[in-house]
Amino acid sequence: MSTATRVMHSAPEQVWKLPSRGRVGMLSLIIGEAALFTIFVVAYIFYIGKSLTGPTPAQVLEVPILGTICLLSSSFTIWRSEHAIEHGKMRAFSGWLAATILLGVVFMVGTAIEWQKLIFRDGLTIRTNLFGTTFYSLVGLHATHVVLGLSMLSIVLVLSLLGRFSASQSERFAVIALYWHFVDVVWVVVFTVVYVIGR
Amino acid sequence: MSDLPMPSSQTLEPEPAQHGSTALLEWLQGWLVTVDHKRLGILYILYSIFFLLVAGAEAMLIRIQLAVPNNHFLTAQVYNRYFTMHGTTMVFLVGMPILFGFGNYIVPLQIGARDMAFPRLNALSFWLTAFGGLLLYYSFLGGSGLYGVGNAPDVGWFAYAPLTARTFSPGNATDYWALALIVSGFGTLGAAVNIIATTFSMRCRGMTLMRMPLFTWLYLVVSGLTLVTITPLTAAQFMLLIDRYLGGHFFDTQAGGSALVWVHFFWIFGHPEVYVLVLPAFAIANEIIPVFSRKAIFGYPAMVAASVGIMFVSLGVWAHHMFTVGMTSVTNAFFVLSTMLVGIPTGIKIFNWIATIWGGRVRFQVPMLFCLAFLYQFLIAGLTGIMLSVAPLDWQLHNSYFVIAHFHYVLVGAIVFCIFAGLYYWYPKATGRMMSERLGKWHFWLFVIGFHITFDTMHFLGILGMPRSIYTYQPDRGWNTLNMVISLGGFIQAIAVLIFAYNFIVSYFRGDEAGDDPWDAWTLEWTTSSPPPVYNFAEEPEVRSRRPLWDLKHPHDTDWEYEG
Repeated sequence: MSTATRVMHSAPEQVWKLPSRGRVGMLSLIIGEAALFTIFVVAYIFYIGKSLTGPTPAQVLEVPILGTICLLSSSFTIWRSEHAIEHGKMRAFSGWLAATILLGVVFMVGTAIEWQKLIFRDGLTIRTNLFGTTFYSLVGLHATHVVLGLSMLSIVLVLSLLGRFSASQSERFAVIALYWHFVDVVWVVVFTVVYVIGR
Repeated sequence: MSDLPMPSSQTLEPEPAQHGSTALLEWLQGWLVTVDHKRLGILYILYSIFFLLVAGAEAMLIRIQLAVPNNHFLTAQVYNRYFTMHGTTMVFLVGMPILFGFGNYIVPLQIGARDMAFPRLNALSFWLTAFGGLLLYYSFLGGSGLYGVGNAPDVGWFAYAPLTARTFSPGNATDYWALALIVSGFGTLGAAVNIIATTFSMRCRGMTLMRMPLFTWLYLVVSGLTLVTITPLTAAQFMLLIDRYLGGHFFDTQAGGSALVWVHFFWIFGHPEVYVLVLPAFAIANEIIPVFSRKAIFGYPAMVAASVGIMFVSLGVWAHHMFTVGMTSVTNAFFVLSTMLVGIPTGIKIFNWIATIWGGRVRFQVPMLFCLAFLYQFLIAGLTGIMLSVAPLDWQLHNSYFVIAHFHYVLVGAIVFCIFAGLYYWYPKATGRMMSERLGKWHFWLFVIGFHITFDTMHFLGILGMPRSIYTYQPDRGWNTLNMVISLGGFIQAIAVLIFAYNFIVSYFRGDEAGDDPWDAWTLEWTTSSPPPVYNFAEEPEVRSRRPLWDLKHPHDTDWEYEG
């Protein structure tokens, strides 16, 4: 009886497939990062309108339409480059990747111009009032993540232009792309909270 | 036996012969640059045991100070530093690293893997954690700059605003505290990501999620909880540093900020943190209780479900630490009920452990003794927890020694007892030698007696109204005898821990040879040699049930014929 059972159990060579560790690791990191952002977003929302002195968001904030469009479209371009590398089209991959980086850089330049105006024309710094404290921390935390993402993407672009990044590494690129999508999604939240609700 | 594809424990290559000072350097370098999960696990555990002794010594100094009224053994300020450092050290440099040490060592072995999913991230996580500990203790030297001879943080382990503002905490001690927790927090995050990726992506053939040993299951749950627990603390510490260094106003009431926001953020971290610490203790009990009762765990799916349930419920209970700050009745009621809700999955676990022991041939060896004491003490801790979750009673007892007694019942009575159980249980696997059973029993009995003398008594002291965090008290309050008794109990525990430390070191050289499977256990780590070779398993194991080693030992009565 037991022999029969054992044969029955060991006979079928089942496929043993486990999820990619890179993807699982990145998703875990994203969950952790989401909690980090949640705390900053909650602090921002809680402190809306609680500043004792000016300037207020309505007086100084302008909606960064160009930057937002660029950052959100970069999710599309990176998806195209993911698609390209999966099909082995390395030139298309580099092209879409370069476009992604360019869009990200435009976003960062937009933020730099915005901060320059806020600091030197409107006199809003991180120590001016609660709005300044929460604004620069939240937007700055997101910008830090954009810079981190841009660094990773640039390394991949350089490697790819040097011919050191091949289609066999599409899995690794997918992990970076996942992170980039997350950075975009966070911007949707930050944009809504800072420029729509908070203004 | 040939058709059971279990790993053999043969060694593939001999150990290279070493001699002289180069050998010593190589050995040292081997430990410093290692990415092997077993070595990192051992490093985590040794690091935590070291800080356990340090923070224990701090507790002893606190108890000397409180033993008699009007004592001036420590000044008020030094006393504040010691209780801050005791709490911070025990939670962040003892509890978290030792539990991640166990996870690092055991999880890959239990799931039949070669290593963790990201070995280098694993090394980075350990060294970040270690560096965090060094930063915290460096504050003793560099806290207020070397001009001020240095001091340690003295703001309490929860560091309530506005005490942490520059005005009230000048110098750098508080900054060391915040930085240490940020740095070790990144290490913890890395370790959690790694354990999740390992359990999902590195399991050997046939190890489906519902065949994973409960230890590994609990580590998956606890790592998931860590992801969303440690990051809010990191966020709050960033805010604190922004306030202190950049002149921000997050917790600055003068500029419209709110001190309460810190309290919320801290306990959004702080309460799930208790479960981050206690779930690994459950994980250890889940392995030891069945093996020493000679029965499979009772209600495996219920245990998994209860653990996941605890994880989710624990995220919604934080404000039960805040009943006295003046929240609305509705908020109070919500947190009273959500806190009581935790009792349900926890109760399920207690019943399942008892049902596992019920009718078993219990072997009363040291690991099991610690687990039995854990069961009883954790039950009491849970019951006083439910008492404290009732808001009106909490108004009476908040910040009294009753609360201190309650959470030490959890942290020592449950977690430290399980940690000791786990150390006795897996020591033979990691070293190849048994710890002395005789010294172990001395350790157990002294520790359990000392524990009850100290912490049972502390409940009464709390009901008599002694508040926490005071450095001395007047002789006419009726607290004198109880305080003396508590301090004596503390010293009995200290002696017990020293016996443990002696046993831990001496057994490494003189302990009995353990063999691969000294406890006659059932999970994969016991199929390989003790200590396991670098590559863990000579061939990848394949499992068909929750107790693969049982199947191997009893080929005519295998588990997979019964498991659904």
